[in-house]
Amino acid sequence: MQTLTNRAKQVDRRPMTFMEKLYLPAILKGMGITLSHIFKKKATVNYPEEKRPFSPVFRGLHILNRDEEGRERCTACGLCAVACPAEAITMEAAERLPGEEHLYREEKYAARYEINMLRCIFCGFCEEACPKQAIYMSETFAPANYQRKGFIYGKEDLLIPDPKHPITVKK
Amino acid sequence: MGIEQIIFIVLSAIAIAAALGVILSKNPVNSVLCMITCFVAIAGHYIMLNAQFLFVVHLIVYTGAIMVLFLFVLMMMNLNAEIEPQKRNWLKYAGAISGGALLLVLVAALREASLPAIQTSSASDIGLISNLGKTLFTSYVVPFELSSVLFLSAMVGAVVIGKK
Amino acid sequence: MTALHIVIDWTFVIEKLLLISAVLGISLLIAMYSTWGERKVAAWIQDRRGPNRAGPMGLLQPLADGGKLFFKEEIIPATANRFLFVLGPSMAMLTACLTSAVIPWGDMLTIAGKEVSLQIADVNIGVLWIMAVVGMGVYGIMIGGWASNNKFSLMAACRGASQVISYELPMGLALIALFMISGSLSLKDIVEQQRNGVWFVLLQPIGFLIFLICAFAECNRTPFDLPEAENELNGGYHLEYSSMKLGFYLFAEYINMFISSALMSTLYFGGYSFPYMDSLGLSPNTLTILGICALFIKTFIFIFIFMWVRWTIPRFRYDQLMKLGWKVLIPLALVNMLATGAVILFRQG
Repeated sequence: MQTLTNRAKQVDRRPMTFMEKLYLPAILKGMGITLSHIFKKKATVNYPEEKRPFSPVFRGLHILNRDEEGRERCTACGLCAVACPAEAITMEAAERLPGEEHLYREEKYAARYEINMLRCIFCGFCEEACPKQAIYMSETFAPANYQRKGFIYGKEDLLIPDPKHPITVKK
Repeated sequence: MGIEQIIFIVLSAIAIAAALGVILSKNPVNSVLCMITCFVAIAGHYIMLNAQFLFVVHLIVYTGAIMVLFLFVLMMMNLNAEIEPQKRNWLKYAGAISGGALLLVLVAALREASLPAIQTSSASDIGLISNLGKTLFTSYVVPFELSSVLFLSAMVGAVVIGKK
Repeated sequence: MTALHIVIDWTFVIEKLLLISAVLGISLLIAMYSTWGERKVAAWIQDRRGPNRAGPMGLLQPLADGGKLFFKEEIIPATANRFLFVLGPSMAMLTACLTSAVIPWGDMLTIAGKEVSLQIADVNIGVLWIMAVVGMGVYGIMIGGWASNNKFSLMAACRGASQVISYELPMGLALIALFMISGSLSLKDIVEQQRNGVWFVLLQPIGFLIFLICAFAECNRTPFDLPEAENELNGGYHLEYSSMKLGFYLFAEYINMFISSALMSTLYFGGYSFPYMDSLGLSPNTLTILGICALFIKTFIFIFIFMWVRWTIPRFRYDQLMKLGWKVLIPLALVNMLATGAVILFRQG
C-alpha cells in the first residue's frame, strides 16, 4: 500500500526477546522520560496573574465605535446582521431627531443593537461587512455569566464610552 | 484478680460471643465476620500465653488468608436468608446424629483428661520464635519437613495448574 | 476479695502513649501531605504546576480537601448493609494505622537521664506483625465493597481480596530470604545489623525488587490499582461511598503508602542508620535525631517513587496481574530464597 507520509512505521511482530520480557528496562526508560518532564518548563499559565498575549488578529468581543467627535458611527444598515453566519445580531433602526446631531453621525441610527454572544462564532464577518467602520472586534472575550440573558449584549455593553459625553451605564 | 485475668475474661467473652454469632447468624457473611472476631480474640489468648509467633501466624493464616477466601466465596455466591434452600428432613436427622456422636466422643475424651496445672504465662518462653524454631528443627523435624513438603507440593501444583 | 494486683509502670505507659500519639499524628500528617505531593508530582510529570492557590505553593490544599470531605453530604445506599458499610472504612483506617507500631523510628533518645526507645513495640515478630496486619487490611476493601450492594463494588472487593492474597506470598518469601541473613524478625535488630554492616539491599537486590513490587500491589497503587479501577469499575470498592467515609478509604491508602515506604527503608535501606554514622563522633542524642531525619528522607524518596511509578505506568490487566504474581514473582522468590540459603551454607562451612 502506498503510504501517504514517510512517517508510517511497520509494526514489529517478532516474539519478545528475554530483555523485553523482563519489562524492567522498558519501565525504567519510561520512568526516565517522566522524570525528565518534571524539570521541563511548565505549560500552564497562572491565569489571573499572568495572561497569554493575544495575537494581533485576535477576534474578541465586539465594540461599536464612535467618530472623532464622539458620535456613533452605526447607521443601522443591517449589513452586519446579513453577513452574520450565526444570526447573532439584531437591530432596530430609528431616525435621528433634530438636536441629536452630536449623538449620531448619520440621519439614521441603531436604537437597539444586540449581539447574542452565545450564538456569535467570532468570525469577524460583521467587522468586514460594515461600510461605516462602526463595528470592531476587540482583544477581550465574553466573561462568564449565570444566566443566558446576560450574554445578550446591548448597545450599552458594546458602545465604547464617549470621551466627550460621559454617560453612566445602567445595567 | 490480676490484670491478666481481666484480659483473659474479656477475650474469652468476646470469643464465645463471636462463636455463638457464627452459629446463630442467618446471614453467612455475618457468620464469617463473627468467626474472624473469634479468631482475633483467640489470637489475643496466644499473646497472653507469651506465644507471639503463634499469635501472628494465627492472624496471618486464619484471619488474613483463610477467612478472606471464605468471605470471597460467600460474596461471590451472594447467599442471603431469602434464597436459602429448604433443608430436607433426613438431612436434619443426620446432622443431629452426627453432632450427638461428636459430643459423645468429646465428653468421653474430656472425662478422662486431667488438666495439668496451668503455668504462669511469663515463665514459658516456648512460644517465642527462636525457641519455637529450635524445638521444631530438633525434636519435631520430621513432621515439620513432611508438612513443608506437603505445602510446597500444593504450591507447585497451583503454579502447574496456572500454567495450563 | 484482696486488693487488686494491678501494678502498672505509669511512666512507661505515658511514654508509650506519647510515642503512639506522635507516630499516629505524624503518619496522618504525612498522609495528608502525600495527597498534596501526589497532585504536585502528577502535575510536574504532566508539565503542569499542580495545586498552588490554597496557601503558598498550595500547601493548605489538603486542609481544604479534608474540610470539603467533612462537609459533604453523607449518603448510605438504601439497600446497603448499614453496619458493615460503616465498618469497611473504619477497618481500612484501623489496619493502616496499626502497622506503624513495630517500625523503629529512631535509636534510643536520652531524655533527663532516661533512655526512651523510639519504637512503640520492639517485639521479636515485628515483620510478621506487619504481614498479619496487611492481610487484615483487605477486609476494609472486602466488607466495604460487599456492603455497598453494588456489582462494581463487589467485583472490586473480589479483585482486591485475590490480589492481596496472591501478592502476600511472594512478599513473605522475599522476607524469608532477608530473615536468613538477619537471623532475626525484630525490625530493631535488622536495623542495627545494617548499621554495623551493609544495607541489605546490596545483599538482597532481587528480594528487594520482589518486595517493592508486592508493596505496590498490597497498597493498591498503580500499576496494581485494579480494586479501584476508575474506568471500568467506576472507582471500585468505594463507588458508593461519600463524605468522610470515602475520605477514610483514600486516606488509608496514603497511610499504607507511607508505612510501606518506611518499612522498605527499614528492611533494605538501613532504617534510621546512615553510612559512617558511628565515625562522626557526635553525641548519641544528635545521632538519634540525625537518624530520624535519615529514615524520613529515605521514606520520602520511596513515597516519591510510588507516585512516580503511578504517573508513568498504565494499569495491569487482571490476568496479567495474576500471571505476574503466581508465575513470575513466586518462582523468583523461591529461587532467591534457595540461592540465599545456599550462599549462607557455603560461607558457613
